[in-house]
Amino acid sequence: MKHARVAYAGAIHDAIERDGQLLLADGRLVSQDAVVWLPPFKPVQHARTILALGLNYADHAKELEFKAPEEPLVFIKGEAALIGHRAFTRRPAGVTFMHYECELTVVIGKSARRVKRYDAYDFVAGYTVANDYAIRDYLENWYRPNLRVKNRDTCTPIGPWRVDAADIANPQALALQTTVNGKVTQSGNTRDMIFNVPFLIEYFSSFMTLQPGDLILTGTPDGVVDCQPGDVIVTEIEGIGILHNTIR
Amino acid sequence: MTSEAPFWPTGTVYGTLLNFRDEVAALGAQMTQPPYKAKPQAPVLFVKTANTWSANGVAVPVPSRVPEVEVGATLAMVMGLSPFSESNWPLALVNSAQLATNIVAYYVLMDDFSLPHASYFRPPVKFKCLDGFLGVGAQRVSADHVGDPAKLKLEVRINDELRQTVDFSHMVRSAAQLLADVDEFMTLREGDVLMLGCDCLPGGGRPLARVGDRIDISVPGMPAFGTLSNTLVAEAP
Repeated sequence: MKHARVAYAGAIHDAIERDGQLLLADGRLVSQDAVVWLPPFKPVQHARTILALGLNYADHAKELEFKAPEEPLVFIKGEAALIGHRAFTRRPAGVTFMHYECELTVVIGKSARRVKRYDAYDFVAGYTVANDYAIRDYLENWYRPNLRVKNRDTCTPIGPWRVDAADIANPQALALQTTVNGKVTQSGNTRDMIFNVPFLIEYFSSFMTLQPGDLILTGTPDGVVDCQPGDVIVTEIEGIGILHNTIR
Repeated sequence: MTSEAPFWPTGTVYGTLLNFRDEVAALGAQMTQPPYKAKPQAPVLFVKTANTWSANGVAVPVPSRVPEVEVGATLAMVMGLSPFSESNWPLALVNSAQLATNIVAYYVLMDDFSLPHASYFRPPVKFKCLDGFLGVGAQRVSADHVGDPAKLKLEVRINDELRQTVDFSHMVRSAAQLLADVDEFMTLREGDVLMLGCDCLPGGGRPLARVGDRIDISVPGMPAFGTLSNTLVAEAP
């Protein structure tokens, strides 16, 4: 099942996909164009942990002139960086290189501590698509990638759907693609991750307890290009969703 | 104040590195060498995830592979209502261009525990986000009562022995400047928390503690903060 969270007719609703439309929890069936899409998660009681991987595809590491890491390179985002499908991301004035990053995102389903990789999928509730924008002008070599690059307001579109884990036979064999104004600029496959989903869950849960609703953004492959105001960026992962975003 | 429920964060907790002059001095010429290559321009921030939060008095589990833990005593700013909320109405009358997006409602004591790490090149998740690795003071004190935190000092005691005095007049960025420089790239929401930073000891290094040690942090002259006390215990196997 594909889950969404939307604003419609003055209220916020949980919804599911039904015949190309949205079935709201109150029974109304509405067009996908009629709603404002929010990040597809219910609120959590305490701050959601949002882990994001850098350099997790060998080709992207090469593109950025890094050798592949020997352990996950991870940074953390605050929830305020997230925005929904079909929203607008702000490009700061005067920057020279702002790029998208299409990323398979894991949604944790139950409290996970010291999980072994062969059990890891039991702790996954579902998957979604994130576009983890970076503004490279602001890169500094202190706790890199630093928050000014990666934790900006509006700079992490996510959605449209949270797809149940049971519906995805193999999350490590999904085609992944980004288009800018309709032209394909990035294509890859989740099979090329350096550290796959079970490895990451084992790694993180070895020292930190993950809670339901926590997210792992698993990194992006080769093919990032600069995005200008007005550009429409569409990040797509096979079977998970097609996430639209426009730069302002 | 003591009749209130203990403070507990409701938003994201951000920490700040290199906001004390001695921390910067301790790195010295390293700052312009690889991998850093240049002194930091923007505030150097990190996140203390919700799994790290330990209430006052709660034991902090230390993995058996870890001989010592760094103690990071600090004050943290707790964000209040936005400038556009009704209760800030007199402030909202000011030209909106002059408004800080963030308004500090409270300060609270925090103890940012870390595994010792010499390199600040990569984000410190595996050093700072272990379960229980952030002591959270029980008593929040209103920003009005605190005034400028630069006039405050913290005392850090390990097993009742005074090990560090943190002087907030030694900050690189004042509380207001730190907020302004963070606000330049991200909006802190009501309930989000921003730590002012953790000083090192004179000459470098941070106080270290081991399993069995009790760490107490207090603010001389401002008893409203109470004492933040956490004891390190061996993590269950």
